[in-house]
Amino acid sequence: MIELDNVSYGYGDTALFSQLSLTLAPGSFQFLTGPSGAGKTTLLRLCYADLQAQRGKVRLFGQDAHGLDRDAVAMSRRRIGVVHQDCQFLDHLSIAENIALPLTVADRASEASENLKELLSWVGLSRQSGQCPPELSGGERQRAALARAVIMSPDVIIADEPTGNVDWEMSQRLLALLVELHRMGKTVLIATHDLAMIRSLKSDVDARVLRLKDGQLTSAGAVL
Amino acid sequence: MKLLLDLIIGDPQADRVVPPTGLTARLTIFVAAVMAFLAVIALALSMSAGRVADRWADELAQAATLRLPADTDLLQKALQILETTPGVASAHALTADEQEALLTPWFGTEIPLDSLPIPQLIEVIADDPPYDLAGLQARFDAEIPGAVFDDHGDWRDPLLAAAARVRLIGWLVILLIGACIAAMITLAAQASLAANVQVIRVLRLVGARDVYIARAFVRRFTLRAGAGAIAGVVMGVIVVQILPDGGGFFAEIGFKGAGWIWPVVIPLLAAGVAFFATRAAAMTRLKEQT
Repeated sequence: MIELDNVSYGYGDTALFSQLSLTLAPGSFQFLTGPSGAGKTTLLRLCYADLQAQRGKVRLFGQDAHGLDRDAVAMSRRRIGVVHQDCQFLDHLSIAENIALPLTVADRASEASENLKELLSWVGLSRQSGQCPPELSGGERQRAALARAVIMSPDVIIADEPTGNVDWEMSQRLLALLVELHRMGKTVLIATHDLAMIRSLKSDVDARVLRLKDGQLTSAGAVL
Repeated sequence: MKLLLDLIIGDPQADRVVPPTGLTARLTIFVAAVMAFLAVIALALSMSAGRVADRWADELAQAATLRLPADTDLLQKALQILETTPGVASAHALTADEQEALLTPWFGTEIPLDSLPIPQLIEVIADDPPYDLAGLQARFDAEIPGAVFDDHGDWRDPLLAAAARVRLIGWLVILLIGACIAAMITLAAQASLAANVQVIRVLRLVGARDVYIARAFVRRFTLRAGAGAIAGVVMGVIVVQILPDGGGFFAEIGFKGAGWIWPVVIPLLAAGVAFFATRAAAMTRLKEQT
């Protein structure tokens, strides 16, 4: 689905990582761990073409991301649901409108009504649907971000610290939703520095754990 | 047609993705209204100048004056020449009273004009096709020495040139007003785009194409410019219609006949200018903001 092949990226003169490779195979479930500042968010942004690799190749659904024009990038993003750490909502819209936004921008707003009710119920936000994002708690916002990420039924779900701003109970609830999506056949990549959260899921899902540190991406299964 | 319909009806949900900006909206409407108002006034003046010039030119193009020396007894001969010249519709020798009426504004009524050596004037009206001016003058030179045939070209030509310039200036003003609207809308659109960087970022992250994002801004500015221009045109037309009728040129100011199409066209032009200006600004900005 998404492949990073010998990719390098850095900010200014500082290389964040170089010659890094990663493959998100269809139906896989992967965690990306590593200390803060290791480049987890940058790696995720490369995966959904929000950044262009400075060296190496990023392939989105078989296409070289470097050769994609902005419209093609937009079309690719419709196949990737992204859950951001800071949620990234439009604060002037209701939470229901925010969740339906991917359908709205794809000129498929008419499909929103049927999916939206179900989704709001799935993430437990039916009562809050008319509220604006600033009126919601951190956990509610994260669940809304997850609902927005899946409303287009994307092939890939990428979540950046989805449990970063919520308590343990809420984080378990969010992860359960992600596991449910994986069971529905979605490819999932979650960036987190919360190893306890990963351990709690080991019995529920066959996940691969990757560790990004000092510019190197290694399999971290053994250290968990 | 579909594009126009989409623009007017729009998608209420899609419109809401960009937050409302009160000040920018009001300023855009205000600028469009002022510019449309000025355009109406400029057009009314320009078209009126054109009409007056055309009418004067038409009248003067038909008429000419033959001036015979004061002491001549060749009036009948001059009339005979004129009557036998092809292209002359009529020739009328001004009576003493008519000549006196012409001179009264300059000399008053106290001076005994009949004792002054006043040249005899003959008003000549051209036919269609008109007479050969050079040939006619040559004939008078040969047969009635001192006779001067004046087709009013000496002062009609500068008048026509001036009227043409007034018309040209009018259109230039319209062009400048259009450029001003484009510049102001571009600035307002750029300000709006800059203020909504985060909105654009979120829209892109959820898969919005550039054309979708641009459309949300374009529709908003196009409708604002159109609405402002309608208000400005209405104000302009009212002002033109209630101008005091001072006679002469002032009596001509306003729209007549097919000229009434312009108050309808101005809001469409303003909306069109806003459409293209906003679209260009949005697409440029979105290209930069990758």
